[in-house]
Amino acid sequence: MKLSTEEYKKLWQKKSPPSPWYKTVPAAFLTGGLICLLGQGIKSGFLSAGLSEKVSSAAVSCSLILLGVSLTALRIYDDIARFAGAGTLVPITGFANSIAAPAIEFKTEGFILGACVKMFTIAGPVLTLAVTSSVIYGVICWLGGVL
Amino acid sequence: MKKGDVWFFDKDIYIKEYASCVGVKEGEGPLRDGFDVIGEDDRFGESTWEKAECRMFETACRKAVEKSGLSDSDIGCLIGGDLLNQCISTSFAARDLGFKTLGVYGACSTMAESMALGAALIEAGLEEYVLCAASSHFCTAERQYRYPLEYGGQRPQTSQWTATACGAVILGKEGKVRIKAACPGRVFDPGVRDVNNMGAAMAQAAYETLSRYFKDGEKKPEEHDLIVTGDLSEVGAAIVDKLFRLDGVNLGERYGDCGLMLFDRQKQDVHSGGSGCGCSAAVLCARILPRMIKHELKRVLFCPTGALLSPLSAAQGESIPGICHLICLEDAE
Amino acid sequence: MIFIKAFLVGGAICALSQILIDKTRLTPARILSFYAVLGVVLTAAGVYGPFVEWAGCGATVPILGFGYTMAQGAREAVGTVGFTGALSGGLSAASAGIAAAVTLSFLASLVFRGGNKR
Repeated sequence: MKLSTEEYKKLWQKKSPPSPWYKTVPAAFLTGGLICLLGQGIKSGFLSAGLSEKVSSAAVSCSLILLGVSLTALRIYDDIARFAGAGTLVPITGFANSIAAPAIEFKTEGFILGACVKMFTIAGPVLTLAVTSSVIYGVICWLGGVL
Repeated sequence: MKKGDVWFFDKDIYIKEYASCVGVKEGEGPLRDGFDVIGEDDRFGESTWEKAECRMFETACRKAVEKSGLSDSDIGCLIGGDLLNQCISTSFAARDLGFKTLGVYGACSTMAESMALGAALIEAGLEEYVLCAASSHFCTAERQYRYPLEYGGQRPQTSQWTATACGAVILGKEGKVRIKAACPGRVFDPGVRDVNNMGAAMAQAAYETLSRYFKDGEKKPEEHDLIVTGDLSEVGAAIVDKLFRLDGVNLGERYGDCGLMLFDRQKQDVHSGGSGCGCSAAVLCARILPRMIKHELKRVLFCPTGALLSPLSAAQGESIPGICHLICLEDAE
Repeated sequence: MIFIKAFLVGGAICALSQILIDKTRLTPARILSFYAVLGVVLTAAGVYGPFVEWAGCGATVPILGFGYTMAQGAREAVGTVGFTGALSGGLSAASAGIAAAVTLSFLASLVFRGGNKR
């Protein structure tokens, strides 16, 4: 029978199993929460070592990035992510993974055109849009001060 | 002889020999005993994944030639394809194999495309033996179509696992399984844009090709022991089954899908099932042909399906066109 | 107390993202970009600063915190150096994280090679 595009769409959507949210959402909550908790633990360590609030915050980011890159290099990060989903994607460790994974993967195409270029395939838009929006916000702040 | 969309091969054209070479995960699956070569790892001793796929392709071809007892000079030409840009796996393997080579691309339907063309060459009397092969490799496909392997993305339930596999068959004038007919597919685009749901994108093409074969080929579905699509997997196979039910045809138990046969979906984390050129090619060589030779199956419709997208077309928001080529195989006795 | 809040808030943000991914099939690059920009917007709206005060790393570790850091940096730099601060502030504030990610990834690519998924 010839189905219209609409009818066919209804059919395949009915036959496509949805993501099992009862598994994915708790997994994301748990891992994401644990990574943030770890960050908080590291931060209190830095603070009690006498670092300032600002320096500790940056140090937390760097520590978690080190963790993300290390787990990626050791081929563990994607195994955790299979379970954790957004729990390992959204924290800063996911940002580190998104840079380290293509760098390691595409080095077979050379360090310049492979690793260095491809390391921004996923993180590139994040950096571009975050920088642009922060500059726009900065200009708005400046205009607010001038006017 | 041509009848409607179907090519009937009047000269007796047979599958003389076949071989398969697969990766580790496939070798742990339910068809493990049927493969000729199972890699120790998915690199096949090479430094890059692309080289690994070439090596796998070459291994399957050499194994088929070795099993057939023919010498390299007997092979008229190689018709093969894979999923990579510019079909580099095939070309680079052919560089070492040294046969006359015709590279073809039909996405995951490539095996049937190469067999149909190979049979046509023999029918026309241009070649005596033709080697037909198709391969895919999980890692090369991920690199080209999706994300780096170490990237922590989660695969949706409808996504499929590209098989690390290559199947090769030698067509000739003698053998135990006869290629009776072929029905080249038309391209259908049901408007699916979800690149993680290839089964849905290809299912309509499979239904259309099969329907036209049943009409033009004058054989009913129940006259076949096995009707097997390429890599529709869970989602696509359910759609094909439903489309035929809407026509009042129940394919029932005789309908299967290579993507559901290659892996154990309960134990192996492949979501909807297997995919890739190598999926249908390896299942043909590891499961379907051995069963035909044992006379467990008399008449089989082998219908690999292909999703004809590229990363470029997907990025431009194009929907995914599907194709399905059909090969009718018969027990020669 | 801050530890519990960090766990719960961070977990909640990730759980919401998971629902977003499951429902919309947005690609990871889009999700991350969206969150980074959302962090800037919420900071600009004056919402995210107090939220960070309250939830600690639960608010700064998710990629939203990346946007927050940059927006805050831009605003402070405008206050101290004027217009050029709008350009330099965001990246300056986030520079340690970006430099760490890029440098470590490059070093990792020199030493390690990728494996297959199982």
